[in-house]
Amino acid sequence: MGLQGWRNVLALKTSKNNNRAAWQRAFPVPLSHSQITRLYSRFHSLDKGENGALSREDFQRIPELAINPLGDRIINAFFPEGEDQANFRGFMRTLAHFRPVEDNEKNKDLTSGEPLNSRTNKLLFAFRLYDLDRDDKISRDELLQVLRMMVGVNISDEQLGSIADRTIQEADTNGDMCISFSEFIKVLEKVDVEQKMSIRFLH
Amino acid sequence: MSPFNNLLCMLLGISFTVWFTLLLVFIIVPAIFGLSFGIRGLYMKTLLKELKEIRRNGSSRDLDGSASSTTTGPSPSTSEFEMSDTFYFCRRGIESIVDDEVTKRFTAEELESWNLLTRSNYNFQHISTRLTVLWGLGVVIRYGFLLPLRLTLAITGVSLLVVFTTMIGFLPNGRVKHFLSEKVHLMCYRICVRALTAIITYHHSENKPKNGGICVANHTSPIDVIILASDGCYAMVGQIHGGLMGLIQKSMVKACPHIWFERSEVKDRHLVAKRLSDHVKDKSKLPILIFPEGTCINNTSVMMFKKGSFEIASTVYPVAIKYDPRFGDAFWNSSKFGMVNYLLRMMSSWAIVCSVWYLPPMSRQEGEDAVQFANRVKAAIARQGGLVDLLWDGGLKRGKVKDTFKEEQQKLYSKILVGTMCLQSSLNMSS
Repeated sequence: MGLQGWRNVLALKTSKNNNRAAWQRAFPVPLSHSQITRLYSRFHSLDKGENGALSREDFQRIPELAINPLGDRIINAFFPEGEDQANFRGFMRTLAHFRPVEDNEKNKDLTSGEPLNSRTNKLLFAFRLYDLDRDDKISRDELLQVLRMMVGVNISDEQLGSIADRTIQEADTNGDMCISFSEFIKVLEKVDVEQKMSIRFLH
Repeated sequence: MSPFNNLLCMLLGISFTVWFTLLLVFIIVPAIFGLSFGIRGLYMKTLLKELKEIRRNGSSRDLDGSASSTTTGPSPSTSEFEMSDTFYFCRRGIESIVDDEVTKRFTAEELESWNLLTRSNYNFQHISTRLTVLWGLGVVIRYGFLLPLRLTLAITGVSLLVVFTTMIGFLPNGRVKHFLSEKVHLMCYRICVRALTAIITYHHSENKPKNGGICVANHTSPIDVIILASDGCYAMVGQIHGGLMGLIQKSMVKACPHIWFERSEVKDRHLVAKRLSDHVKDKSKLPILIFPEGTCINNTSVMMFKKGSFEIASTVYPVAIKYDPRFGDAFWNSSKFGMVNYLLRMMSSWAIVCSVWYLPPMSRQEGEDAVQFANRVKAAIARQGGLVDLLWDGGLKRGKVKDTFKEEQQKLYSKILVGTMCLQSSLNMSS
């Protein structure tokens, strides 16, 4: 690990003794101290080039992710618009979306605005998986592309087309043949998003 | 000045003589006869006591398991497409980013508590001055005393091997040559074992591989060869290298038939299979030693066995090797360290402690193909050694995963959707 890397880890460890609020200011994401340390080790082990940032290839090196049909979309979520490198802050922010919701009880006093792992933000993450061109709308074309990623070559274009048409028909309320974020939320209001879009970070 | 110089020379001479005599008496001679004074055992016990002390002083931490996945698949009850179907893949993907089963097998295992080696000091904070002092003492002992001792032994062992096997090579083929070559190989490997301060426990020696068989083992480092070959004689298989390795290989093959391939021949699978089968058919030849994983794994798991060695019709003798990581990590991370660097690290660790289990021989059963047989053997080795049995290919260390796995996932998901599709399209047609 580079010198800066060790400095960061040391800062994390010593700050445990300091004011929790001050530490939260440094890393304003809803993760505990030991979770962040663990993620930093993981970040570092993925960073083969040792330059403090992850590239898309670094993610592709994880075999279980490389065989995931939506692997490319998930990797894309870590890279802000137009950028090719994901730093640790961004890495943590994206993963923080998946923290289970009930852990929020500890953070109530510190978060201003909605925490990253709220139901709405989890849904926003999922919405962005579909929204390929980041124009805040899911068009029929985008829906088809994502469907194609998930089914591969096993379903014909016509069948896929009719699935897409049906989905848009059911979700679209304002008649623009696209699904906006609020329509997306409405469609999924009965789904247990908190449970399905959370993973356990052990600490 | 002059008498002082004389005195100095005399002292140096005496200390060298004493040094070498001690070496000879306590290490080399027992190695020749396969005996042991129990010095290494005593050393190990002392180390263990010290490390337990350190652990009690709070230098330990709880290792996290992998992010536990309570994954449910895309729910089969609703087999129409829903926008929430992406959640399953999304969650699996994020879980694999946080922790996955494969990439961590290619780096050294993390320890629960520190063992006073800087190289294992990963995320352990400064505990106390006492620990740092102990660490300093450890450095002095390891680099000042143990390393030179081990280097001397290693050089002795290797040179003896080269010299003696070349000499034996001049003898005519026959029982005498075979007998001598066995003895020489064993002796030199035993010296090398002491050069690494390897403390090995062999279990179930009644299952040791016999002539005409193939011995398969899990692979962690090149030291595996030394560990196995110091307890029995094997025919090695491998690619001819240049330099020192090449010299050793060429002289070894003079004394008894090992199977070395030229670099170009390695790619030709039929040639490799043929040479191995020919060797195995000749019952007078030694059992072949093969590592079917094809690459070094970090000794926490066993990865996919390549089926080539299981296609040859003969008995397979599985062997499980498990290293104790507290005394020094034996895994060779070939992308990080070269061979020389690795050997130096090995020789400056505390010791190499490992257990070897000889498992009962296995043969291919009726109706079983090579891949199933390989998996069966792999499962037996993993079970015995307490290692995780993985289906992933060790080649993923360097290469990309095959697209066929992704296609399998896509197929599975499509099957869930396709069920209702036929129904839908027939409904559409009739309405």
